[in-house]
Amino acid sequence: MSIISTTPRLGDLVVGAVVAEATFPLTRGSLVRYAGASGDFNPIHYRDDVAVSVGLPGVLAHGMLTMGLAVQPVIDWAGDPGRILDYQVRFTRPVLVDPAAGAVVTVVAKVGSIDADAGIVRIDLTVSFNEVTVLGKAQARVSLADRPRTGA
Amino acid sequence: MSVNPELQGRVFPPVAPYLVGREKVREFARAVFATNPINHDPDAARAAGYADVVAPPTFAVVVQEATLAQLLAEPDAGIDFSRVVHGDQRFSFSRPIVAGDELTATLTVASVKSLGGHSMVTAESRVVDASGAHVVTATSTLVVRGDE
Repeated sequence: MSIISTTPRLGDLVVGAVVAEATFPLTRGSLVRYAGASGDFNPIHYRDDVAVSVGLPGVLAHGMLTMGLAVQPVIDWAGDPGRILDYQVRFTRPVLVDPAAGAVVTVVAKVGSIDADAGIVRIDLTVSFNEVTVLGKAQARVSLADRPRTGA
Repeated sequence: MSVNPELQGRVFPPVAPYLVGREKVREFARAVFATNPINHDPDAARAAGYADVVAPPTFAVVVQEATLAQLLAEPDAGIDFSRVVHGDQRFSFSRPIVAGDELTATLTVASVKSLGGHSMVTAESRVVDASGAHVVTATSTLVVRGDE
């Protein structure tokens, strides 16, 4: 596994250009894994009977799982998870995960705006399931400056 | 029961420090399909200038969670958890979270608004490291559905 990555150059970017695309096949196993990793054990994410009892069509993915995976193509493009300065989403639609067929979430990342002086680009994400957008105002601010902030 | 408007501006006591473990970062990274070596491999992280593996951005929710539990358990808050829907989420970083960090989160209720019978509670959890320096602020807007 190569650890060498090339940071995208701000001057090469154009507003509206697609910088990354990805698809994420989710299974019920993905939800169990996220529940354990995150500590979110709300049963609507693994029990159909509980999901139906609160008026849902069935088990759905954790919104925070969808948020968490949707930024990964941006990180792969930027080359370093520490380049994400700010990341926000609105949860607008659920991702229903069929017990057998699962669910496929697609992510398209485009350049939303460029702040050349600050070395920061805003990436706008379109996150869809069954061709319906599931996250609103999904935006990541990414530093493409020479040195990311490494902290302590 | 409806959300107490006097919650707005309330600052909760800091929650117990959270020590970020390397294997927890890797486990979380696998769960959100993060494949960058900086999330998994300490050598790759050090080569990129970090002390240890770097957590995916949304890992901050794990640290934030204890503060939201505090808010939901507040006796006079009037927040019925069975009616809560997660509306918005935001993370604003001063720097990424790295394994080995000892993080302390403090929640402030930024706003309480009413909208068509529902309440919207915006909670900002400010996360600092062991030196007291800001790492990330995690902001959640919770929609509390009114009685139908």
